[in-house]
Amino acid sequence: MATTAMVEEKVVYQRPESLESIPTHYCPGCTHGVAHRLVAEVLDELGVRERTIGVSPVGCSVFAYKYFNTDGAEAAHGRAPAMATGIKRIMPDRVVFTYQGDGDLAAIGIAEIVHAATRGENFTTIFINNAIYGMTGGQMAPTTLPGQRTTSSPVGRDVELTGFPIRMAELLSGAPGAAYVVRRSLHNVKEINRAKRAIKTAFEVQLAGLGFSMVELLSACPTGWKVTPPEAMDWIEQQMVPYYPLGDYKIADGVEQLAKRR
Amino acid sequence: MHEEIIFAGFGGQGVLFAGQLLAYCALAEEKHVTWIPSYGPEMRGGTANCTVVVSDEAIGSPVSQHPSIAVVFNNPSLEKYEEPVKPGGLLVVNESLTVAPPTRTDIEIVRLPATALASELGDTRMTNMILFGALLARRPLVQVATVEEILIEKLGARKAHLQEANLRALARGLELGVAQHA
Amino acid sequence: MAVELMKGNVALAEAAIRAGVEAYFGYPITPQTELLEHMAKRMPELGRAFVQAESEVAAINMVYGAACTGARAMTSSSSPGISLMQEGFSYIAGSEVPCVVVDIMRGGPGLGNIQPSQSDYFQVTRSAGHGDYHAIVLAPASVQEAIDLMVEAFDLADEYRHLVFVVADGLIGQMMEPAELPAMKPIRRPRGDWALTGADGREKNIITSLELNAPDLEELNNRLQAKLAHIREHEQRSTEMLTGDARLIVVGYGTSGRIAETAVKQARREGMKVGLFRPISLWPFPEKRLSALADQVGAFLVVEMNAGQMLDDVRLAAGGQVPVTFYGRTGGMVPMPEEIYDEIVTQYNKLTTSAV
Repeated sequence: MATTAMVEEKVVYQRPESLESIPTHYCPGCTHGVAHRLVAEVLDELGVRERTIGVSPVGCSVFAYKYFNTDGAEAAHGRAPAMATGIKRIMPDRVVFTYQGDGDLAAIGIAEIVHAATRGENFTTIFINNAIYGMTGGQMAPTTLPGQRTTSSPVGRDVELTGFPIRMAELLSGAPGAAYVVRRSLHNVKEINRAKRAIKTAFEVQLAGLGFSMVELLSACPTGWKVTPPEAMDWIEQQMVPYYPLGDYKIADGVEQLAKRR
Repeated sequence: MHEEIIFAGFGGQGVLFAGQLLAYCALAEEKHVTWIPSYGPEMRGGTANCTVVVSDEAIGSPVSQHPSIAVVFNNPSLEKYEEPVKPGGLLVVNESLTVAPPTRTDIEIVRLPATALASELGDTRMTNMILFGALLARRPLVQVATVEEILIEKLGARKAHLQEANLRALARGLELGVAQHA
Repeated sequence: MAVELMKGNVALAEAAIRAGVEAYFGYPITPQTELLEHMAKRMPELGRAFVQAESEVAAINMVYGAACTGARAMTSSSSPGISLMQEGFSYIAGSEVPCVVVDIMRGGPGLGNIQPSQSDYFQVTRSAGHGDYHAIVLAPASVQEAIDLMVEAFDLADEYRHLVFVVADGLIGQMMEPAELPAMKPIRRPRGDWALTGADGREKNIITSLELNAPDLEELNNRLQAKLAHIREHEQRSTEMLTGDARLIVVGYGTSGRIAETAVKQARREGMKVGLFRPISLWPFPEKRLSALADQVGAFLVVEMNAGQMLDDVRLAAGGQVPVTFYGRTGGMVPMPEEIYDEIVTQYNKLTTSAV
């Protein structure tokens, strides 16, 4: 028998405390689960789970409040930023975030997000851009790419008739009250790690009271796109990234120092 | 005592203030009172009016179809409010800005060139105080001393320099109101 | 506290402040804007939350958020804005968070005008949003009553964790009248155990109106209905005048009730046995008292500043026992005491002739 040295076990991967231990309703290959986990890891790392209040949207992530192990509210479609405004104004020392999809944030709720950013509301928005309405069965979203087939653009999005997809990070970067607005993607490990760092910075921006922060995440919807999960990852990289360039769109004074301090 | 008074004129003539002044005085004398303005876009430079009800008893309706008193600052208001005044009521008319004299014979009428008089006293904006004085001369709804006190209070420190002129305008109105009665 | 001459809108705002409102969110609209303006000045002075929202839709959802933290929160608007807020009302009712909404009604439909009206009666008592619920609705007839009901509205909202409306019209909003404000109440602490404050040392709290499982949603509805049944039983409010021997009772709320008072008194001076019944809670409608009155009178005359909305409730309460007639003005027109008096004479004469 070979010598058995006692090797100290080190936990390298576990469920974050900020995430509930229950199965989600998300489809195979959907990146909502990845995004949830990144947010939960960041809340754990910052030690703020016990003082965090999340606001869920209407859309696929309507049940996000069930999956995060934090206090949570379920907003009306598009109104999460308004609700978060009400919460944060009463409890400025709590960590407040909205988690919103593209239909919720960029269509029905565009007024709420633009004005929350403009007012510099000190909360964080996690924006899932998957170029489609997932929950209602794959209709055209404000972020659907030109030519992309959906159930409500069956021959492909015709920009002559429907206009062009909206670039929210670029739009909100123009809001004076926005402190941190970036776009990341979830299509591979490297990008996922970059996304997590951005999410952490966004919450740190809130903790420092610098103003509105948003991380837009390019996400996969294999079911809505009618492709396999690996194909969906490729599609993000090849189709979405060129239209929605990854990068930092607004880094207000004071944000760089936060990153350095870390 | 139960009087329903309409003050009516152009925006900027101090019509609403005249009504408020009466309301504040009535409150100071522990009478029941309501004040309702016309409100909205018509206030911005157009016509303005307000209805004040002063009573010894709790007030039901704060609106009035047939006021017992109308104080009209201009011609459109005369045209509009001469007819509804209750028989036996009082009509106070700013002669300076009206065309033809009122024709009713079943009401008491006081006519005085309030705007011209206010101008003589130094500022046409005191038209309202002259008409207010004439009103009080005929219908002592509140004590003159109360009006003087409240007027000074409402003008405040910022408009303290207007106190004396306003009090003189009030006195002039009272004097002419009494004179016409005689 | 001293009696002061106060404008209805300002009195409502200051009464809410005295009642301990921690957050106000609103959007300007005539004829309630003075309320928002008073809040804009006072709330920051007191270190409380004030946001002029980008729309009524956003305003009510900000209220929803603030109310989720257990804070006393409110908004105010006028008819077209109230229509926009319906979404939020429904979510608030469905997730059972307390809040107060002021509606200073104006003439409709559509943009209508800015003159006084009572045409939101159906909207606030029947369908203040989709789904199956009623909001509590209180209707003051004077500036003093507006103050008193504003304070009571917050207490009712907290007691039942429910949506409470204070509805008046442009006339009460714009009117100045002597009234007395209550003393400043302390801001309520601690927050309810249901509130979203962060899951520190306790299980997480969730506030949602979503329940995909039909049996569970039915159970939620049953619970909501039981609460509403309790409110209906215990929170009916009304006032009356000269009803003891009345053969005809005029029924009116808010401004129309108040104007009718003058007409009723005049009718009494003319020897007619006429009384006034003024509902103060529009939901729950004071049906118990009105039903009792139906046993003793010959007829009801409903007066409203609309085409006949509360009329339905009076008919239901009268239960077909006596005739219920209606006199109303619409479009921002305010009925004058003389008009109501004339209608009283007409209806009273019918009673005396039919009695022969």
